[in-house]
Amino acid sequence: MENYDIVIIGGGPAGLAAAVSAYDAGARSILILERDKKLGGILEQCIHNGFGLHTFKEELTGPEYAQRYFDQVLERKIEYRLNTMVLDISAEKVITAMSRTDGLFEIQAGSVILAMGCRERSRGSLNIPGYRPAGIYTAGTAQRLVNMEGMMPGREVVILGSGDIGLIMARRMTLEGAKVKVVAELLPYSGGLRRNIVQCLDDYDIPLKLSHTVIDIEGKERVEGITIAEVDEKRRPIPGTEEHYTCDTLLLSVGLIPENELSRGMGVKINPVTNGPSVNESLETSIPGVFAAGNVLHVHDLVDFVSEEAASAGRNAAAYVQAGGNEEARHEVPVAAEGGPRYTVPVTIDPSRVPESLTVRFRVGDIIRNHFVSVYFDQDRVLHIKRPIMAPGEMEEVKLKKQFFDERPNLAKITIRVEEK
Amino acid sequence: MYDIVIIGAGVTGCSVAHELSRYNAKVCVVDKEEDVCCGTSKANSAIIHAGFDAAAGSMMAKLNILGNRMMGDLAEDLDIPFKRNGSLVVCLFEEDRPQLQKLYENGLANGVEQLRIVEKEELQSLEPNISPNAVAALYAPTAGIICPFTLTFALAENAYTNGVDFKLNTEVTGLHSTKDGWVLETSNGTIETKYVINAAGVYSDVFHNMVSAKKIHITPRRGDYFLLDKNTGNFAVQTIFPQPSKLGKGVLVSPTIHGNTIVGPTAIDIEDKEGTNTTAAGLNDVLSKAGSTVVDLPIRQVITSFAGLRAHEDHHEFVIGEVEDAPGFIDCAGIESPGLTSSPAIGKMVGDLLKEKMSLEPNPNFNGKRKGVLNPQALSKEDRARLIKEHPEYGNIICRCEGISEGELLDAIHRPLGATSLDGLKRRTRQGTGRCQAGFCTPRAMEILARELHVEQSELTKCGGKSKLIVGKTKERI
Repeated sequence: MENYDIVIIGGGPAGLAAAVSAYDAGARSILILERDKKLGGILEQCIHNGFGLHTFKEELTGPEYAQRYFDQVLERKIEYRLNTMVLDISAEKVITAMSRTDGLFEIQAGSVILAMGCRERSRGSLNIPGYRPAGIYTAGTAQRLVNMEGMMPGREVVILGSGDIGLIMARRMTLEGAKVKVVAELLPYSGGLRRNIVQCLDDYDIPLKLSHTVIDIEGKERVEGITIAEVDEKRRPIPGTEEHYTCDTLLLSVGLIPENELSRGMGVKINPVTNGPSVNESLETSIPGVFAAGNVLHVHDLVDFVSEEAASAGRNAAAYVQAGGNEEARHEVPVAAEGGPRYTVPVTIDPSRVPESLTVRFRVGDIIRNHFVSVYFDQDRVLHIKRPIMAPGEMEEVKLKKQFFDERPNLAKITIRVEEK
Repeated sequence: MYDIVIIGAGVTGCSVAHELSRYNAKVCVVDKEEDVCCGTSKANSAIIHAGFDAAAGSMMAKLNILGNRMMGDLAEDLDIPFKRNGSLVVCLFEEDRPQLQKLYENGLANGVEQLRIVEKEELQSLEPNISPNAVAALYAPTAGIICPFTLTFALAENAYTNGVDFKLNTEVTGLHSTKDGWVLETSNGTIETKYVINAAGVYSDVFHNMVSAKKIHITPRRGDYFLLDKNTGNFAVQTIFPQPSKLGKGVLVSPTIHGNTIVGPTAIDIEDKEGTNTTAAGLNDVLSKAGSTVVDLPIRQVITSFAGLRAHEDHHEFVIGEVEDAPGFIDCAGIESPGLTSSPAIGKMVGDLLKEKMSLEPNPNFNGKRKGVLNPQALSKEDRARLIKEHPEYGNIICRCEGISEGELLDAIHRPLGATSLDGLKRRTRQGTGRCQAGFCTPRAMEILARELHVEQSELTKCGGKSKLIVGKTKERI
């Protein structure tokens, strides 16, 4: 059986950044396994710009952003295998994978970095009534068809859901000559970035109907029409509010689900809120030496933060293999969320392993205006930051300094609290 | 001129065709759809019923029992998965016990083997997630689960390789008798035949009524279903039916042969013979009834919902046999549940009838053994590695949710009566049937299908007709 110190599952933005930082932290035996025919993951189909503002201080397209990391992987001569599907990972970190060229093979990893990304929620899981004709695509599938295969999935489009990919595709389809008639969003607010609503809908006069959903799909062979209706506060359609749109396509941008089938298979503990692994300050899962980063951990809005998160997972994986494992008993301080945040990543922090600054990321569950984000170390408020607006569609973060921990050796609990004052 | 033309390539038509391929006869199956198994056969509970339900003495009861008994050997010959997982009719109220007893006695009269009533304690050990309200159940170990697509494809493929013609995309628009038999007018020209078999599902009344003064009436009775993620596959062990009670008829919860959980159906009479759309009312009806027999049904794990149409004849009985005032026209009408179970027996019954009428001789080249689409996941690691070495396409995973490789797709496209559409691929291989519902693999499957069929991707359809997957290329309209 082959052996590698670090095996990275997925060659998208998270996997590439993790590989580079693991290398830079001294690891040399690194392997990236990627199921697609090239590295870069979902960035390859994201041909719009706006990537890299934080990381490179310039606006790049998705493929350009990926290329920067790909170049770094090449410079470091980090090994990768394409067209390779990982079938299974055991709790002992034995990876079973296969490809056309290498057949079915097994690898013993010293450390595993989970970087499989996420998948799109489908029509099926939403219980949308109606027929099941051709012309219903998730926004990401449509994006691949348009941007990578050069094919148009339709000409007259209704979009359900205002996630970022849906917003981007509303603009993309419009630029290709399609008519996007409406974007319906079940919730009273959009799950997408504010800048995407302005740049992708408002600039093209595409209406966004909040608190609306699709209640019927017509067309036995190809989509012929969509009926939407307003919903009440319990998200039930309100009779009498139905509006019919003639169209040939329904695109869905109704949420992303971290793809953790492999993680579950190896016994990693999953956080039911994020659908990603529960991790500690090192982004290490419930299995020592198994790390997670990027959309497999929790769904991000900006790739820059994926890269940043994955870089820290890569460094930590390198430290893990260099130390020959770190399975000794740990001092784990739980991180609690109160008054707004739905979850935090990480969920526990070992003060002895905190770098100079540790980022804790979270999302709120509703739109919250003019509140403060506070961090309490036991009863002490160590951070108090005014936030004019927070939205579920925009990830929040706080940075905890090492000094906060050094000053409080008996720390029992950290609380991230959203409060009025 | 054909000896026999079968209208309808559903499980009934294909089963009759399969049976007739044992004889020296010129047989043809016609269907308006682009593939076999596109109507009632494709959307149902996927259950092989034990046979206690149908009224004692009815044709339904007889063919159900016989079909159930035939299914094991047939599945083996056709190389398709079939499991006798047993079924339970769950009694939730003491006051309903007399009806449960009646059902049991009806089953005995029909000849169901191993049938018995189990009490609460045994029921809980048989079915860990059974409702604590369940007082007893009718247990039928001979009931089973099967994939209706696979069964129908297998019957059709085997009939085809034994000499039966299939004319798909061929809609029968008219039908009249001649001195030698029948002329069928179709969307692809006329077809002459000595005998006609009407296996047209929800349309079987239309064809029957074209030739007979004694009219029949088929109601499309819609059933809405939910299919749950494979991660729920162990939720139900047996197929769990509620006993009809003051709560209504209820819905079943069952494992599928592929390891999903299926929940449904509704029973809603409609007019439209193509009305396979789910409705909010129908889906909500299933949701409201789904939890009556079990605890904590993981209904949030739904990956898709769909609806199928039962071909309900007014008297709820199979109408099988030569039509009195239309010699040479044989009905297989009103084939609703337990139609899937009964299909091999219906095939045999119609085959025997024609054998006698037409003095058919055996087909000396008949071979009833079929090799199914190879499932690499059923192989040992070593065998799978060897397979990929010899056929690298089995190392290229296309559908990550179900783990389906390019090799299986190529097999499905190039086998007899192979797939020509995305749905055809899906039903033959399960590509795209998993939790992402083909979001990931659609572009990849389209590429392979177009390449193998030597067509442009713009020609590909989801399920034939106007169901084009894409409408053109980018940059065409800017």
